[in-house]
Amino acid sequence: MSFINNQRDKFRRAPLPARERLGDTLFRIIAFLAAATIVLIIALLVIQLFRGAIPSIREFGFGFLSSTEWDPVNDLYGAWPFIYGTLVSSLLALLFAVPLSLGIAIFLSQFAPGWLRAPLGFIVELLAAIPSVVYGLWGIFVLAPFLGETIEPFFSDHFGSIPIFAGPVYGVGLFSAAVVLAIMILPTISAISRESMLNVPRDLKEAAQALGATPWETVRMSVLPLARPGIIGAVILGLGRALGETMAVTMVIGNRPEVSASIFAPAYTIASVIANEFAEVTAGLHMAALIELALILLAITLLLNLLARLLVQQTGARAARGKDKRA
Amino acid sequence: MNNGFNRRRRNAISGLAYLLCVLATIIALIPLMLILFYVIRQGAPAMNLDFLTQLPKPVGETGGGMGNAIVGSLMLIGIAAVIGLPLGVLAGTYLAEFRSPRLSWTVRLLADILSGVPSIIIGVFVYTLLVLTMKHFSALAGGVALAILMLPTVARTTEEMLRMVPDTLREASLALGISRWRTIVSIIIKTAGGGIMTGIMLALARIAGETAPLLFTALSSRTWPTGLDKPVASLPVQIYTYAISPYEDWHQQAWAGSLVLVIMVLLLSVGSKLYFGRKMRSVR
Repeated sequence: MSFINNQRDKFRRAPLPARERLGDTLFRIIAFLAAATIVLIIALLVIQLFRGAIPSIREFGFGFLSSTEWDPVNDLYGAWPFIYGTLVSSLLALLFAVPLSLGIAIFLSQFAPGWLRAPLGFIVELLAAIPSVVYGLWGIFVLAPFLGETIEPFFSDHFGSIPIFAGPVYGVGLFSAAVVLAIMILPTISAISRESMLNVPRDLKEAAQALGATPWETVRMSVLPLARPGIIGAVILGLGRALGETMAVTMVIGNRPEVSASIFAPAYTIASVIANEFAEVTAGLHMAALIELALILLAITLLLNLLARLLVQQTGARAARGKDKRA
Repeated sequence: MNNGFNRRRRNAISGLAYLLCVLATIIALIPLMLILFYVIRQGAPAMNLDFLTQLPKPVGETGGGMGNAIVGSLMLIGIAAVIGLPLGVLAGTYLAEFRSPRLSWTVRLLADILSGVPSIIIGVFVYTLLVLTMKHFSALAGGVALAILMLPTVARTTEEMLRMVPDTLREASLALGISRWRTIVSIIIKTAGGGIMTGIMLALARIAGETAPLLFTALSSRTWPTGLDKPVASLPVQIYTYAISPYEDWHQQAWAGSLVLVIMVLLLSVGSKLYFGRKMRSVR
């Protein structure tokens, strides 16, 4: 860091005209206020959702989390089917996306020839640019029917005795939602893991190579261990995105608040039920229950993001230290 | 016999790992190709001038378009940009130029966390904040929701770009007796301009495709936008409504709308990356 960034510097600067000094102070204050809005938004977000959820919290207490009843007609609300659908669809998505993303990240950071890395990385990141409603549209009309006619019947016919693969299959359901989610979080996980793999100091790789390690052994012994916090961070960030993804999931998960053992069954997620019901309720317990669902989702994603960012920062910091040492 | 030193076997494992990584990359590209293929194949036939300029027709009548949704989307993006861009750029400037260690660390972390908050939750938040107090759905509420979504992205990219400007430039300017704020505005931000613009374009591309936060802020409408305090149609919400409807020609229109949206988003993100990327390289 250079001295000019130190606010309490002991250098005597050339005296500025009063107008310019005022300009400096004003600019600093304005910039500070802009930065402070970010803090304010987060604080307001938590306060507003909490306030909105109070009637539901009062009425149902902790029972809200475990109750499976969602009955707007009788004003009975329980969150479990939505929590279940959110967690299972997202975890399944991770199951598909993590191995693929790591493969991509390793390929793009270690194996691919130099000229291919930038364009390929760019194309993979295009997946992140496609709006989620377009994923949803493709999901309803192309992917879900395809899965419902090929992969799902195959599993339910041959492994149907295992509860998680039990039929009937509809196409729409947890499995299709997980596949769409996996595609959507793939660029997030692969880009951040690639970043932390690139941060691994080169001499550590060269040390492994000098000992006669094959390319894969170099990756396994020197790249992966050092990049691990970053990779875990990337996976958690991906999970966070999957948990909160709304449109694409709403369009392919079937929107039925049921807890079923089969991954081919229709389900419901927190984000989807909010998307479907929020605009139609005006007030009362129903709205409070929906806001409480939002609060639960917010709490989960805030925690996951905090954790992930700290982990990603850690690899960044370690890489920076490594670079300093070599300099 | 120690198998760990079996060179041939180790090379085979390494080759296999290499192949699996290539395979993973190829598998990831398949859905991208498929989505683009379907959006073009299904969307192009329904695309015509009417689609881009006409109002939607009532159920049962064929023809009509998403003209109002396209205008509405531009309007929402405009509102979001007017609110979110100055705030984001200034916040980023604060983080990069006035580095007070503890506060910057907190703000940076919170910005990152905010960018991870699901967009539907931002929608609920803006609903409780604006729609409930103003007592109706409005374009303004939708724009504010989008502004909150773009704020952290703009702030963080601005910060990163400003940090890439070498300190010698700052020192040179200050040594000439130029005040700090003029240094920042007319030298530092200008130097990093290309990078900041790329970040802004990417943020705009992201909010252009957002649906969830608009569902109960801007809501939707079947007429042309009439004012900031009225519900307004948007392309993503229109696509969603049409996609889950039971009507065949609405599905067609949803595909055509997706084609417009994807072109818009890709132009913004790919175009800015290529254009500003080249510009930055030429500066260096």
